[in-house]
Amino acid sequence: MVKIRVLIAAGLLATTASTAAANEFGDPEAGAKVFDDCKSCHSVGQGAKDRVGPQLNGIFGRRAGSVDGFRYSSGLERMGKDGLIWDFTLLDRYVQNPKAFASDTRMNYRGLKDEGDRANLLAFLRQYSDDPGNIPEAAPTITGTDHAIDPGILAIQGDPEYGEYLSSECTSCHQLSGANDGIPGIIGWPAEDFVIAMHAYKDEFRPHPVMQMMAGRLSNDEIAALAAYFEAVE
Amino acid sequence: MKLNRRGFLGATAGAAAAASLSAPMVHAAGMGKPKVVVIGGGAGGATCARYIAKDSKGAIDVTLVEPTRTYYTCFFSNLYMAGFRELGSIGHSYGKLASEYGINVVHDWAVNIDREAKTVSLAGGATLSYDRLVLSPGIDFVDGAVEGWDITKQNKMPHAYKAGSQTELLKAQIEAMPQGGTYAMVAPPNPFRCPPGPYERISMVAHILKDRNPTAKIIIADPKEKFSKQGLFQDGWSRHYDGMIEWVGPDFGGNNVSVDADAMTLTIDGEVTNVDVCNVIPAMKAGKICDMAGITEGNWAPVNAHTMQSRVDDNIHVLGDASNQGDMPKSGFAANSQAKVAAMAVRGALTDSKVFPAKFTNTCWSLIDTDDGVKVGASYEATDEKIAKVDGFISKVGEDAALRQKTYEESVGWYAGITSDMFG
Repeated sequence: MVKIRVLIAAGLLATTASTAAANEFGDPEAGAKVFDDCKSCHSVGQGAKDRVGPQLNGIFGRRAGSVDGFRYSSGLERMGKDGLIWDFTLLDRYVQNPKAFASDTRMNYRGLKDEGDRANLLAFLRQYSDDPGNIPEAAPTITGTDHAIDPGILAIQGDPEYGEYLSSECTSCHQLSGANDGIPGIIGWPAEDFVIAMHAYKDEFRPHPVMQMMAGRLSNDEIAALAAYFEAVE
Repeated sequence: MKLNRRGFLGATAGAAAAASLSAPMVHAAGMGKPKVVVIGGGAGGATCARYIAKDSKGAIDVTLVEPTRTYYTCFFSNLYMAGFRELGSIGHSYGKLASEYGINVVHDWAVNIDREAKTVSLAGGATLSYDRLVLSPGIDFVDGAVEGWDITKQNKMPHAYKAGSQTELLKAQIEAMPQGGTYAMVAPPNPFRCPPGPYERISMVAHILKDRNPTAKIIIADPKEKFSKQGLFQDGWSRHYDGMIEWVGPDFGGNNVSVDADAMTLTIDGEVTNVDVCNVIPAMKAGKICDMAGITEGNWAPVNAHTMQSRVDDNIHVLGDASNQGDMPKSGFAANSQAKVAAMAVRGALTDSKVFPAKFTNTCWSLIDTDDGVKVGASYEATDEKIAKVDGFISKVGEDAALRQKTYEESVGWYAGITSDMFG
């Protein structure tokens, strides 16, 4: 009898978190001025230390939530474990609207709306990173997209009864006790944050295959209904 | 929050009409509370009983019939075998379903169903009447599926495909294998419970043997051309257990096997191999009670995807492994997901509560070695024909170690989530 032994040449798939990159690379000198707004919490360059925020040397190509000894939000830490490596596209999204990217981020910053300012800022930070990933060589990015949620979506009043029914899909994994092991607790989450986060998954702005799939099939009304329900669960 | 008599939700549930085959019927007054009997206390039955009781807030009498007092989940039983979990951590009792949800939990076997009279007979002699019956009995094995094996051989050649003592037995046999011995698995044909299950088990057996018996061999005789997460498993086996695992597919006789439990041999395509452990996982069919109820076609019970109602009898819903529903795999996650759709349909029929369009999800995590977890999942919708896949994802070969560890941790979180969703 001929038997076959399982032998597999595993083709390592390059894992790139981003699907697009910068359109126009910014001006680092102008970016240094933009960085003035960040300096109260972040430092970069020789001798940079963690302060309120982590030091930013080597931020390009660094795994999210990975500076030793720095206490991150669980959201960023989880994204890091999910494989999020900071590149231009992801940093650009994060700086644009930190809370949309990671709801519980400790980065208490409203976001930098101006695309040019962001490009300049990232050009400045990039000087302190080796081998800066996919910039500026890669294809044009989607930085023109505004990831701020349409106020019309935020204004939808969710039906908590419908949310309760829909929530049974969530509670196969997320515990109603609010336990936070391996899978984050989601009860009592402010409705607006919930809506922003779910739309960020739906738009594949946040990485995570299960959540992108779950959110991807929810309508705006359904997301609002879930938000209304989970906010009210105690 | 009051759910009764509100009719359909217009804007958000436009498709709800499609989800309800018949107009909701309000239970006739003066007959007492409507009664639901659920047979089988696993991922489908326990979840369904709990959701009906919880959401009807006492308006429906729910009886759960389950022979065992402690239910061992099949999911994570491979992890128990390999020492990642204690046996107690995968065992669950029905205490909360009784005390917190008011479910009448009966530890007995259902032995007959009279669909005319709408009654269930129990081995202990009692008879239960129902307005709706939910069958979630899991699987039984097809007689004569593997030549030389029947249920009387399960102590010498365990299936360990219903968790509990069989799992303990298989674990003990693997640990007792002589140095350089052989573990063989006879894998089942499609469709069967937990498609990645046999291959996660192979991974876990290899994990045990790698340390305590590194010259041991693992043979899988498989009637299938390919199997769930095959690329991920084979990549993992070559990285963690190189040279230890031999997979014999149908091209090489994996579909032509017999066993001899007294001689402890496995014969593949006429070639006899002496084995030390022989894990026979035969072909499967719906739990026998489905046959007794006369609702099966072939090996499984066909159902309507919108409500999980039997295609044969509207008063019976069939969940999980036993059902023939379409695209979902036979998994605990799937049964749990289907249970919620059925619970909603049952409440809608018996108490006129709102009925929303059915949605289903499934994710299956598997562990290949310590902190090397992978997953596959999909979302589904109900069509008139079947439960149809909408979208899906799968882990990728070449993911880094941190992501694989995270996937494993996620599975541990999911286990806690689904078991509290089942048992309260």
